[in-house]
Amino acid sequence: MDLDVLLVATVARALAFATPLLWAALGEVIAERSGVVNLGVEGMMALGAVTGFAVAFTTGEVWWGLAAAGLAGLAASALHAFVAISLRADAYVSGLSLTMLGLGLSALVGRAWVGRPLPDPMRTVDVPWLRELPLLGPMLFQGQYVLTYAALLAAVVAWLLLYHTRGGLLLRSVGENPTAVDAAGLPVRPVRYVAVLVGGLLAGVAGGYLSLAYRPSWGEGMVNGLGWIALALAIFAMWHPLRVVLAGLLFGACFTLAFRLQTVFPPELLTMLPYAFTVLALVFTAWRRGRHAFGAPEALGRAYLRGER
Amino acid sequence: MIPSLRRARGLRRWEPRADAPAWRVLLVTLGAVAVAALVVTWVFVAYGVAPREAWATIVRRTLLEPRGLSETVRKAIPLLLAGIGLLLAFRARFWNIGAEGQILAGAIGAAAVALFAELPAPLVIPSMFLAGMLAGAAWGAVPALLKARMGVNEIITTLMFNYIALYLVRWLINGPWKARTATGFSYSERFPAEAVLPTLGATRLHWPTLVIALALVAVVALLLARSRFGFEVEVLGRSPEAARYAGIDAGRVTLLLAALAAGAAGLAGVGEVAGIHRRLVEPTQLSLGYGYAAILVALLARGRALAVIPAALFLGFVFAAGDVMRVSLRLPSQLPDVVTGLVLLLVVASEPLTRGRWVRREADGPPAAADARGGPAAAPPAAPAGEGGG
Repeated sequence: MDLDVLLVATVARALAFATPLLWAALGEVIAERSGVVNLGVEGMMALGAVTGFAVAFTTGEVWWGLAAAGLAGLAASALHAFVAISLRADAYVSGLSLTMLGLGLSALVGRAWVGRPLPDPMRTVDVPWLRELPLLGPMLFQGQYVLTYAALLAAVVAWLLLYHTRGGLLLRSVGENPTAVDAAGLPVRPVRYVAVLVGGLLAGVAGGYLSLAYRPSWGEGMVNGLGWIALALAIFAMWHPLRVVLAGLLFGACFTLAFRLQTVFPPELLTMLPYAFTVLALVFTAWRRGRHAFGAPEALGRAYLRGER
Repeated sequence: MIPSLRRARGLRRWEPRADAPAWRVLLVTLGAVAVAALVVTWVFVAYGVAPREAWATIVRRTLLEPRGLSETVRKAIPLLLAGIGLLLAFRARFWNIGAEGQILAGAIGAAAVALFAELPAPLVIPSMFLAGMLAGAAWGAVPALLKARMGVNEIITTLMFNYIALYLVRWLINGPWKARTATGFSYSERFPAEAVLPTLGATRLHWPTLVIALALVAVVALLLARSRFGFEVEVLGRSPEAARYAGIDAGRVTLLLAALAAGAAGLAGVGEVAGIHRRLVEPTQLSLGYGYAAILVALLARGRALAVIPAALFLGFVFAAGDVMRVSLRLPSQLPDVVTGLVLLLVVASEPLTRGRWVRREADGPPAAADARGGPAAAPPAAPAGEGGG
């Protein structure tokens, strides 16, 4: 196989694999930039996947399914937002319980749909104009799902919103120094609510991609740690939307290349690789920045209470 | 605490306090359990099962009949071991959610001894427990080392290690350790008789593991209450800064606690393979999510070692009830997961309620400056991402 053919195939596969990671990690970046960590990504993705599949299966409309998937993620994140922001409970435990609840609940309600293929799943399309580009066209803009292209677009939009608007500045400030924002008479908790809800919406979409496009079906192990890998991706990308795309592609490329070793390695060991690679990526991030938590929002994981330091 | 609610009450203000009275903690915990029970009742109705009969069946088959009770206690064993370990880890703010993988690592260690070591019969079981504990501890020590030395986020690494352990077991039983007779389902060869734990009568209650678990709980309770090590853990859990001033080596204590916690989970894995399955089996059959449920056990116990016993028994009941629902009532087998997640969510959501009270607002006095997030048990894990989130 020619080198450029291999490169194109690898990047294209990597992108398809990385799409749910991109959606979920972008959502988590937005939430964590506002200072609220949400460990419920895995659960929100599972709920999104099962809801999306159920709605698409009953209505026959894959886009209704996608909308339902996003809403399911949003609803789940609202629970986390209420507990972690309003009740000021421990955000880490709250997110963790959301994951456990989401996984259990999705398995419970999804029993009726296990093993049924989606009759009319999402179809792959090419992007007009851009598909003609040399090299980049076949790599990024041909034969993918709309959600894949939309993920790339969403990253750019998230970057613009976070770094080039007043609202984005406010959101990041809330994550860095909520006391100062509050003192300036600007809202803290509403901003955090919005960030967490957007994060949930995107995680739901990530789940919808899995059950409506990538593997148009529903099964209990569908998310299988992708939500946790997305959390790691947010850290690896140092909470920056554009770096999420690069990091996601790197993750995807590694997994794709590893799966080419299928003939040499037993499948169980290959399946292990994404998780091992995630640990390595985190170690690399830590090594690169030394002991200092470079890039992390200053107030990450801490509930805000007026008057409290 | 909720802005609108506070405004609506006008004269009243939520004042957080550092410590919660025990009766209130108990009340809130029972409230969370009651809400979960209501949800389960609703599921009964939704599936067309008469709630009263369903609950009667569950209580009879998990608590009243001797065989059922033995199943409840049997399922509490891994929860006791993993739970007491996590209690230790959480007190040092090491946010280990990898007990599931450490249980599997312990099972691998025990299976390696049972299947391959040529030892005199009386030494086999003790060696299995030792190997399982060491394997679990090693599995947990890697994320702890990464956390202590480089500040790598332990929440994600311990979780990734769960998946790695799962696929490692799956590889072993499909590859090098696959039984010659295994067709369809994969598993290892059966353990020899001297590598199987004795059980109580005709039940599946492997009592040696239970004895070890209870002894461990007692030792930890003593250690936390009476020793210098317990003092160091306490200081570290309450304030890492204070610990630094007191000359406590946070890295060393964290590493030790994490290894101890993972070792305890490893022991649980030994009990499951040597007491129940008597061979290495499919990982999701081997640990039915005990490692995740143990997080709830540790949180329900709220930093008190002895409270792990009732908490583990409660979750043992939830798991045993799950079996009854599946087998006798033909309800989905995922209900215990939902109950565990729900109780965890309710407990964490009600956590602030246990630590505070409504007070009359005096004009516009300064807001309370007390720490609303204190408390050793469910204390935030030193903001893993803030201090070293990578």
